[in-house]
Amino acid sequence: MAVSARPRQALAVAGVLGLALGVAACGTGDDKKSDKAGSAECAGYSAYEGHDGKKVKIYSSIRDIEADRLDQSWKQFEDCTGIDIDHEGSGEFEAQLGVQVDGGNAPDIAFIPQPGLLKRFADSGKLKPAGADTKAMAEQNYSADWLKYSTVNGQFYGAPLGSNVKSFVWYSPKTFKEKGWTVPTTWDELIKLSDQIAASGTKPWCAGIESQDATGWPATDWIEDLMLRTQTPEVYDQWTTHGIPFNDPKVAEALDKAGTILKNEKYVNGGFGGVKSIATTSFQEAGTPITTGKCGLHRQASFYANQWPKGTKVAEDGDVFAFYFPAIDPAKGKPVLGGGEFVAAFADRPEVQAVQTYLASGEYANSRAKIGDWVSANKKLDLANVPNPVDKLSVQILLDQKTVFRFDGSDLMPAAVGAGTFWKGMVDWINGKDTATVLQGIESSWPK
Amino acid sequence: MEFDFAEEQPKLLMLMYGLIAFVAVVGGLLLLLDAVPSWFARRREAQLVAASANGAPPIRRPKRGESGFAFFFMLPAVLLLLIGLVFPAIRTTLLSFMDGGSDNWVGLRNYTWMFSEDSIVRVLINTLVWVLLVPLLATTFGLLYAIMVDKARFESVAKSLIFMPMAISFVGAAIIWKFVYAYRGEGQEQIGLLNQIVVSFGGEPKQWLLDSPLNTLLLIVIMVWIQAGFAMVVLSAAIKAIPADIVEAARLDGVTPWQMFWQITMPSIRPALIVVVVTISIATLKVFDIVRTGTNGNYDTSVIANEMYNQSFRYGQNGQGSALAVFLFVLVIPLVIYQIRNLRQQREG
Amino acid sequence: MTTTTPAMPAGAQATTKRSTAAGRVRTRLNSRTATVVSIIVALLWTVPTFGLLVSSFRPEDQIKTTGWWTFFSDPQFTVENYQEVLFGTSSSSGQLASYFINSLAITIPSVLFPLAFASLAAYALAWINFRGRDWMYIAIFALQIVPLQMALVPLLKFFSTGVTLGGVTLMPAWDLVDEQKFAQVWFAHTCFALPFAVFLLHNFISQLPKDLMEAARVDGATHPKIFRTIVLPLITPALAAFGIFQFLWVWNDLLVALIFAGGGNETAPLTVRLAEMAGSRGNEWQRLTAGAFVSMVVPLIVFLSLQRYFVRGLLAGSVKG
Repeated sequence: MAVSARPRQALAVAGVLGLALGVAACGTGDDKKSDKAGSAECAGYSAYEGHDGKKVKIYSSIRDIEADRLDQSWKQFEDCTGIDIDHEGSGEFEAQLGVQVDGGNAPDIAFIPQPGLLKRFADSGKLKPAGADTKAMAEQNYSADWLKYSTVNGQFYGAPLGSNVKSFVWYSPKTFKEKGWTVPTTWDELIKLSDQIAASGTKPWCAGIESQDATGWPATDWIEDLMLRTQTPEVYDQWTTHGIPFNDPKVAEALDKAGTILKNEKYVNGGFGGVKSIATTSFQEAGTPITTGKCGLHRQASFYANQWPKGTKVAEDGDVFAFYFPAIDPAKGKPVLGGGEFVAAFADRPEVQAVQTYLASGEYANSRAKIGDWVSANKKLDLANVPNPVDKLSVQILLDQKTVFRFDGSDLMPAAVGAGTFWKGMVDWINGKDTATVLQGIESSWPK
Repeated sequence: MEFDFAEEQPKLLMLMYGLIAFVAVVGGLLLLLDAVPSWFARRREAQLVAASANGAPPIRRPKRGESGFAFFFMLPAVLLLLIGLVFPAIRTTLLSFMDGGSDNWVGLRNYTWMFSEDSIVRVLINTLVWVLLVPLLATTFGLLYAIMVDKARFESVAKSLIFMPMAISFVGAAIIWKFVYAYRGEGQEQIGLLNQIVVSFGGEPKQWLLDSPLNTLLLIVIMVWIQAGFAMVVLSAAIKAIPADIVEAARLDGVTPWQMFWQITMPSIRPALIVVVVTISIATLKVFDIVRTGTNGNYDTSVIANEMYNQSFRYGQNGQGSALAVFLFVLVIPLVIYQIRNLRQQREG
Repeated sequence: MTTTTPAMPAGAQATTKRSTAAGRVRTRLNSRTATVVSIIVALLWTVPTFGLLVSSFRPEDQIKTTGWWTFFSDPQFTVENYQEVLFGTSSSSGQLASYFINSLAITIPSVLFPLAFASLAAYALAWINFRGRDWMYIAIFALQIVPLQMALVPLLKFFSTGVTLGGVTLMPAWDLVDEQKFAQVWFAHTCFALPFAVFLLHNFISQLPKDLMEAARVDGATHPKIFRTIVLPLITPALAAFGIFQFLWVWNDLLVALIFAGGGNETAPLTVRLAEMAGSRGNEWQRLTAGAFVSMVVPLIVFLSLQRYFVRGLLAGSVKG
């Protein structure tokens, strides 16, 4: 070829080849995994044996440190069974998974955080129903409340993995103590506290819904939490499945209730500015004014524990902590909004099912919990293995008998709404659009 | 840092295979092309001999070998284009007449959706604004700068600085502009440069990306920032190519700089100018990352490519996403017509 | 394309010496203001990037709470961001060297293949007479508009299931593992680069002097010979120009790599790694300040070292002797 025949290019090519050879010469030996199968610590894994040397590909949205922790959590399982779990996390998970599946290149297992997305893959026949062992294990360890989210048309597709509790309000125990404020346990107390903080010259609430290409989601959590508090759980289910239209007066009621805080210039946006600053404040930094005393309260999920600046002590007697977002009518029970991801499989090879079953087991839940920063609704999870106080509180709430648990509504809806117009609608709503117009817009976008 | 060279070995081996494949494919093709013509040459010679034997005058007949050559010259490119772009384009067009899951035919429903949904009409208008402003601004800036820098010292340094944004990945560009447009409440320390400037002149900080249509213009600034370097480098090269004697003659003739620009510079760099405008226009039609990282299409800033990606990949609405893509194909038609006219002129000239 | 040569009125040479001297002074003044203005503009253009550079050396809490310009009144310098990006211990922040090699392994063939194929095609479209060549050129030009995103799924299917026509397997599935996936990425990048490459190179090749070509034909040179011995040397600058663009594009690409190479350290390029560095919830974005500069180094070196070529490359097309 003429291009590579030009001296300069030829030189470059030669350079690269030389580099290749040089590097090859420097190579050192690859260290092999020690085969621990048969040893005492592997006794618990006998049920999963017989797949030595097989590879299982997992795809998820979990990256960075949390991905490292995942790898660590199933390390022993890999060593004992000989199954090689190849996990890959991507920030583009939702979009990429669709492309990979349509392109005939699906992973063996995906951790899908949206039951709506899971349903789409199940409906199009791309997902494989979970095996009998997995199903038995899941039914043993998770409540029916959870399993229904991964059951489509009577077929069960996989157990939940991690979970989180979204009905939390973050506050600073230190500031509360100094100012003599008390943690509210009812809605009225919450509003009274807000007024009290506002009177002291501080804006009581801070919020932020900017989250790059997912901007808007924190506001949808607000609406969902208030749907659960102003309506019954049954109405909530109708809403997420389009049993009632999106612009139903009941939804408008929830939105307006959220508006009494979020669109109240007296209440928001502590540390950032006015109501509109909510739209451009990133959710990661939205709660930080609590640590500097510029804001009193921040409603956000349990995983927000990881977002505080370095050196912030997250504990009931520390710098920040969270309390349960109180119900409006305590007689209706204790509504809890949460999320989580489901272990769904695109392949039904025995080793894939073995991994699915293992991930649903109590052993796995405890193994992962010990590493830290993790919550699960797995009934076998031992509270003693959960090191972090907020996670502990979350697990307590999830396993509480009085809890009426509902999954994050936007994750249940079709993606065009739940990851599209609902998010965008909330941005417009914060930005000044009125409730009726916003709800009408979302309703008209619901896929027919 | 743990870095095991042995693990990198297969990659470099693969790179080597790639280079060997490159040499084999391209070299093989050229070799083949050398073999074919000698065969044709022999045949033609035989024909000529036969023709002269018949006593007929040796006419310059259209060379038969031509299309054979063309076939081999074009083969790799055409094959790859068919697989990589033509087939997907046809598929997209078909999908645009189907529903979200690509299961049923729905006729023109996706197209009526596109023109009746307010938010999508907005997207189409935004795209038009982009494609009118970006080529204009980027090319104008690039041209002015190229003329100015032509006479300046430190030319290559200045040019490198202008070109630098092109070398930055979108991940980096997103953060760069975050530090420009970021907003902090009044009375707080600003981390965005623009607000800092406003505040230091006694103004109130503003949430730049929130208000339409200003936000679209601010996003366009980012695109111009990136593309102007391209325009400048290309046009600067074209300006330098203007024969010195023409310029000198004109100067001796006492033409004003203004006349010089319109009567000498502009006609000379017209081909380069066309390449720049066409290239930037197409890049702008397909602009995606800037809007996605800037506002994700919120606050009325979305453009077609962005909305198409969301509809197809995030919302599972393949039909609607494809319809938007088809509309993109339609938008390029003016450029295509312009190219056809150009080509005609060239052939005639 | 013809360069219009303005008609020179007679007597142009009759300018007096005095006015040229004045002209020279004026030119010098011009060039001084031009220098000053162009440097000011270039600096303004660089301010945003400079802000990022300064930020990349600031501690995380400083980056997130104060503007980068406060660095000058209250300098707090750290290389922690770079340390984290280059030598971080988490599986997703370390091993940058490994990703560097991936980026190189992806980029080099992805630049060479389209260059070769596009120059062949551009030559044929410009200088070989065959039926429908104008339409073919226009079609290839128009293909530039096909959004990359819409081609991802069909191309992925092409790799993962092969091609079957009426029950006959024309091409089996590729079934590539680990580093073999580079081949898919090369293939994809080559496909996507061709329309622009053909458009650009055609612009140059078609403007080569006609006399030169005709002379070669009269001498009995065949098209392959003309291509190799006359055209290629003449368009080397143009090839360098396109090479730079393609290099920048491939090096900075995220989408194609994400889909065809996957995210593992066997194949993923730097950009994929950088995008992950922001953390699962994007809260570690301060790492990207350093990451962006690390990934910028190679493209900048390529640009600076080929800049000379680049300028000449675009020059060749627009002059005609």
